[in-house]
Amino acid sequence: MTTLTLSRALNEGLRKALENDPKVLIMGEDVGKLGGVFRVTDGLQKDFGEARVVDTPLAESGIVGTAIGLALRGYRPVCEIQFDGFVFPAFDQITTQLAKMHYRSQGRLNLPVVIRIPCGGGIGAVEHHSESPEALFTHTGGLRVVACGDPADAFAMIQMSISCDDPVIFFEPKRRYWEKAEVDTAGGVAAAVPLDKAKTVVSGTDVTVLCYGPMVRTCTAAAVAASEEGRSLEVIDLRSLSPLDTETIFESVRRTGRCVVAHEAPVTGGLGAEIAARVTEECFYRLEAPVLRVGGFSTPYPPSKLEEHYLPDLDRVLDTVDRTFGY
Amino acid sequence: MTVNDAGRAASAGSTSLGSTPESAELIQLLTPEGERVEHPDYPLDISAEEIRGLYRDLVLVRRIDYEAIALQRQGELGIWASLLGQEAAQVGSGRALADKDMAFPTYREHGVAWCRGLDPAKLLGLFRGVSHGGWDPTAHNFHLYTIVIGSQTLHATGYAMGIQRDGAVGEDGEAVIAYFGDGATSQGDVNEAFIWASVSNAPIVFFCQNNQWAISEPLERQSRTPLYRRAHGFGFPGVRVDGNDVLACLAVTRKALQAAREGQGPTMIEAFTYRMGAHTTTDDPTRYRLAAELETWKLKDPIERVKAYLVRTESADEKFFSDLEAESEEVGAGIRKACREMPDPEPLTIFENVYAEPNLLLESERDQFAAYLESFAVEEASR
Repeated sequence: MTTLTLSRALNEGLRKALENDPKVLIMGEDVGKLGGVFRVTDGLQKDFGEARVVDTPLAESGIVGTAIGLALRGYRPVCEIQFDGFVFPAFDQITTQLAKMHYRSQGRLNLPVVIRIPCGGGIGAVEHHSESPEALFTHTGGLRVVACGDPADAFAMIQMSISCDDPVIFFEPKRRYWEKAEVDTAGGVAAAVPLDKAKTVVSGTDVTVLCYGPMVRTCTAAAVAASEEGRSLEVIDLRSLSPLDTETIFESVRRTGRCVVAHEAPVTGGLGAEIAARVTEECFYRLEAPVLRVGGFSTPYPPSKLEEHYLPDLDRVLDTVDRTFGY
Repeated sequence: MTVNDAGRAASAGSTSLGSTPESAELIQLLTPEGERVEHPDYPLDISAEEIRGLYRDLVLVRRIDYEAIALQRQGELGIWASLLGQEAAQVGSGRALADKDMAFPTYREHGVAWCRGLDPAKLLGLFRGVSHGGWDPTAHNFHLYTIVIGSQTLHATGYAMGIQRDGAVGEDGEAVIAYFGDGATSQGDVNEAFIWASVSNAPIVFFCQNNQWAISEPLERQSRTPLYRRAHGFGFPGVRVDGNDVLACLAVTRKALQAAREGQGPTMIEAFTYRMGAHTTTDDPTRYRLAAELETWKLKDPIERVKAYLVRTESADEKFFSDLEAESEEVGAGIRKACREMPDPEPLTIFENVYAEPNLLLESERDQFAAYLESFAVEEASR
């Protein structure tokens, strides 16, 4: 076991992937000498060369479009999009090509491409640097969408995403990059929770709180605070946003009878809406209250001096939990 | 100076803006009247048999197109994108490819598909609505048709970057050809592909069929500069070839591919041609262009000039033409039969091949839909 920041855990995971498979490539803006603006690729170009850790021209559609071509040639590209709000120039390539080419080819072509996207707010950034666009990708068949919430998962999930034969949109919680935890870098990924499975991070009996990415830590803290008031929250880190691990979700909600979904993204049309619909359909007679969502408002992301109000924090999570007891 | 260097110097020289009349920039080896002409940078040593082979390709490709339009009119295809008028650009470039080279087409590259040995009936599946692309791209080194304009130029460039990483550039190297049209040159993706290919010196040929029209929009809506000159600004040579001249298209593409294979980087070829038909079978060109324009281009027909050459030089006899006519009938009948016999896909195939790896959520959706379909069968049986 080693203590690593989430950023470093990703770095170690990428390093393992580069070591284990010569077809793995890293490409993106400033990923080489600089090591990425969040240093996730620090030192990798030095050790694996410019042909495998590629500083690309500054154009996101080009990054993803050429990654598709490299995948067609047998490579496994890992693309870094520098910030969430800059993925949109690549949105066309991701949704019209990357997501659909396996289907278009009737299964003849695999597209093992990973798109890493630092996501979410809380770092005091300017516009376009704090967004949570995951629902735009979970709405697109053909993509797998995952989010890591802690360093151990960051280390394992990036490797599992790279070995996956499907395209994976990989969300990294940027305000958690510098938070540390124990990571078993010596152990393989075989012992890790599978890529398409959720994991229960706090067991509880009263309310199921579903979250992912940066909200895992917030909700875990909320569970601790709630327990001091005698309320038992079960916190589940979804990890896989597409496909959803509905089995784990339903099992928990059937026990607790209450469900709150927390995410930074706007609630309108967000992943919470999808989960609420599915939970209502499958757990209807076990529900003591409607499924409630807590998340960003249905506005553009606000200036950073307002983000503490926009982002669902511990108190808003607890407030939402309280509301599920008001029915 | 090598052959390729000479070509580069020549093309670089001709890109000095405004100094050369455009007509002088057009590379031509066979005039519309069927006269063989020489070009110093593109010597073409070609036998009569090879020219007969190209003529056969042109005739059969036009026949395939003709049949497909008819099948659409009969309701057998949902839509068809005709290549009428662009046969020489496609056959010339398609025949310049080596087996190992990889082609990335648009949705109109039926002539290139033919040159890559793809069964023409395979093309129909997409337009009939039974698949989004029913062939194995690796079996023919011919990628699937891409419908979003220009997207495939980036895939082609990435693939070429893969060739570099595989060490397959140099003697006995491999190259990629990316097809696109005049409208696509306005797309960001095409411009990004130019940049990527240029800075990585990728082994790729950008083959632009300038057919003068992007549905209803004429070339002047896309560019104020001749398209091939754009390449210069990106740092690689651009050439304009008579796109209705199969010999020139062959020679120019061959040379550009060879330069790419040998590690000299990308070339852009602008094949100056004309879309003689509608954009697709849903389009009505009479709303936006004059009939006289079409008449002018008919005089430059890509097939007639080869026939004129073959007849004048007595390179083909009556039997060659009658045999080809019979073969064309056979190909036509084969396509009609294959199209009409193409079965509709089973409903549950909707859920197949969305992911390479198991996806439980999708499987449960499929199971629900299967049960729903099954309920009709049960109801039917109980009547």
